[in-house]
Amino acid sequence: MTTRRAAVAFTTVFMLALAAACHKKPLPPPPASAPPPQPSAANKPTINYFTAEPSTISSGQPSSLRWSVTDATNVQIDGIGQVSPNGRRAVYPTSTTTYHLTATSSGGTSEADATVTVATPPTPETAPARPTQTSAEMLASQVQDVHFDYDKSDIRGQDQTIIQSDATALKTIFAQDPTFVVTIEGHCDERGSAEYNLALGDRRASATKDALVSLGVPGDKLKTISYGKERPLCTDPTEDCYARNRRAHFSAGTQ
Amino acid sequence: MRLRFLAVPVFACAAIGWQQINVTIIKNPGKPLVAVTDLRASGAAASLMATFNSTVVSDLGNSPLINFIPKTLYPLQVPQQPQDLVAGVAPSSARPVNPQGKRLTDWSLPPVSANYLGFGYGAEDRGQLVVFGWFYSTAPNMPSLQQAQVFGKVYTATQDAAGAVDAGHRYAADILAQFGGTSLVGSRIVFVSNRSGAKEIWVMNWDGTDQRQLTRYGSTSTFPSASPDGRIVAFTSYTAGYPAIYMLSLDTGRRMPFYNQRASMNAFVTFTPDSKRIIFSSTAGGGAAQLFTANVDGSGFRRLTSSGAIEVEPKVNPKTGADLVDVSGRTGYPQVYHMNMEGADVHRLSAGTGEATNPGWSPDGIHIAFAWTRGFEPGNYNIFVMDVTSEQTTQLTANEGRNENPTWAPDGAHIAYASTRGGRSQIWVMNADGTGKHPLTQTGNNEKPFWVNAEK
Repeated sequence: MTTRRAAVAFTTVFMLALAAACHKKPLPPPPASAPPPQPSAANKPTINYFTAEPSTISSGQPSSLRWSVTDATNVQIDGIGQVSPNGRRAVYPTSTTTYHLTATSSGGTSEADATVTVATPPTPETAPARPTQTSAEMLASQVQDVHFDYDKSDIRGQDQTIIQSDATALKTIFAQDPTFVVTIEGHCDERGSAEYNLALGDRRASATKDALVSLGVPGDKLKTISYGKERPLCTDPTEDCYARNRRAHFSAGTQ
Repeated sequence: MRLRFLAVPVFACAAIGWQQINVTIIKNPGKPLVAVTDLRASGAAASLMATFNSTVVSDLGNSPLINFIPKTLYPLQVPQQPQDLVAGVAPSSARPVNPQGKRLTDWSLPPVSANYLGFGYGAEDRGQLVVFGWFYSTAPNMPSLQQAQVFGKVYTATQDAAGAVDAGHRYAADILAQFGGTSLVGSRIVFVSNRSGAKEIWVMNWDGTDQRQLTRYGSTSTFPSASPDGRIVAFTSYTAGYPAIYMLSLDTGRRMPFYNQRASMNAFVTFTPDSKRIIFSSTAGGGAAQLFTANVDGSGFRRLTSSGAIEVEPKVNPKTGADLVDVSGRTGYPQVYHMNMEGADVHRLSAGTGEATNPGWSPDGIHIAFAWTRGFEPGNYNIFVMDVTSEQTTQLTANEGRNENPTWAPDGAHIAYASTRGGRSQIWVMNADGTGKHPLTQTGNNEKPFWVNAEK
C-alpha cells in the first residue's frame, strides 16, 4: 500500500516537474549583442527564431511572439507591421492564428510562421466537477492484487486483510462513480499447462469476486476474465516471480 | 538411459558428417529392407531431382515401418525403367565383382541385401515435372519380372522445388503404404506463433513447408484443433475481450458462425469422428470450467460433467467416438482422465503423481501421448505415450527442455509436439517411438501443434 501511494505521489511530482520544465523550457539564446547587427547587402536575412509561447491559449489569453533576425533591412509580421530585427510582442488572438514573419534585404527574403492555437473552452455540461482522482486512478492506487498458492484459487489467510481493504476501496469508488466497472483478471505462473491455467485463472478471478461480493461490493460492477499464463508480470524462473504472477489483478472497465 | 544411449550416435553422425557414414545401421530389425535409387532426369527437370531424391530419403529414412538401405551400398549402375531390368540370376561364375544393378539379384544379395527396390526417372512435360516411380520386390521366388513389380506410378507436380518435394512425398508415401503406412501427404499442422507480434493461428504442411498465417486478430489466439475431416480449425481467442471459441474454414480461411454460450471462458474444442459435434470446456453456469457438448455451430449446448473441479482439454477417441480423455483437477494437481461421451464412467489414467496434461489420441484409439512432469518439479514436462488399456507408459523425451502438446500424425507413426530445447518454443516432430526428432519451425515462438488430417 505504502509503495503504491509512493508511486502515485512520485508520478504526480514527476508530472509537475515535467510541466514546470515545459514552462522553463530554455528560451532561444539572446540575440548576439557584442557585434551589433550589421545589415550586409550581400547576405540573405537569417531568421534565428520566431516562436509563440505559449503556443496554445484560451481565447483572450496572451501569447508572446518572439523573434530574432539578422542581416535584414526590413522585418514585417503580417497583422502587426514593421518590427525591429529582434523583439517580442504579446498577442491576444480569439481564434487559432498563424503569424507570418517576412525578413528582407538586398540579398533576398526569408520567411517563417508561428501559430497560436486557441483551445475551445470546455462547455459547462461536459466539464463536471472532477474528483481529485479519477476512479481508475483510485483503483490503481487503492485496490491491491490478491495472490494465490500454486494450483490454488482460494483466498489465503494472509490476503484476507487485502480483500477487506479492497472491498472498502471498491465500495467507495462505486459510490462515487456509479457507472464505473472493474474487471478482475486471473493470472497464473508459467509452470502449469496453458490450458489448465486458463481455467485456474478463471477460478482465481471468480474466487476474488465472490469474496468481495460477500463483503458487500456490488457484483454487477465486477467482471472476471482469465488470462491464464498469457500475460505474466515477470518471466524469471524463480519462486519470487512465480508468486508475483499468481494473482488476481484489478483493471478499469471491461476489456 | 535408453534414450540417452540413442542420442549419442545421432550427435556423432552430425559431428562427422553424413557423407562419411557407410555403415549399415539396422534400426528396425525385422522390418523390410528397402533400397531406392537416385532418380535422374534431363532438361529442366534435372535440377529438381536432387530435391525429389532427398525428400524420398528423408521420408523413408525417418519411417519406423522399414529400414532404408544407405545408397553407398548400391551398385554403380542402376535401372531407370523396367526395360532396363534383366531377368533371372546371373550365373555365379559370371557375376562381376561390382554388380551392374540390372538384375534384381544385384539388389537382393549382399552387400545391398534389399527386400525391395525403388527406381525410376523424371522428365519435363509441357512445363510440368513428371516422375515415373516403380517399386519391385527382389524376392528370389518371383516367376517373372512382371510379377515382381509392386507398383509403377506417374507423379505429376509443378516444375519447381515445391513440386519436387510434393512428388517425393507422394512416391515415398506409396512405398510406405505397402508396409501399412498411412500417407501424410495432404495432412497439415495448425499451431500458434507469435512471429507476427501477437499470438496468431498458423498452418503448415506436415513436413514444415508452406507456413501460413490463418488469423490476423492482433489479440491472443491459441489452443487450435481441427475437425477429423480436415475442414475446420477451432481455436480460442481474446478477440472479443474474453476467451471464446472461434471456427475457421480451412478451405476458405473464413470465420464460420459459432455461438459462444454466455460464460467467462469457452475453450478447448474436440470434434467427434464424424466432425458433426464438439466437446469443449466452459464456465457457463458458473463454477470451475466443465465439459459441454454442442453442434459445430455452438447450438444444441449441453453439460456433460459436474465434477466441481477444473475440466479442460477434452479429446474424443478418434476411432470409437464413444469415449474421451480430458485433464481434471478433481484429485489435486491436473491428471489425465478417461470417461464416456456422457461424462460418466470416469477413470484416472495418469499415475496421479506430478502433473499430467495435453493428452492426444493415436489414430487407432489405442494409445494417448501426453505431457507429464512424472512427479518432478512442476513445469518440467516430457512427452509420454500410454496404452490406454494396459496403462503402460513409455517416455519419449528427456533432458531436452520443456516438451508439451503431443499430437499424433494420421499415419500413427509420427508425433508433433512443442519443445523449448534451444531456448524458444518450436514445433518438433518425432517418430512415435521417440526417434528421429527434428524441428519444423525456426521463427519466433511456436507452440500448441495439432495435426490436421488431409481433407476428406
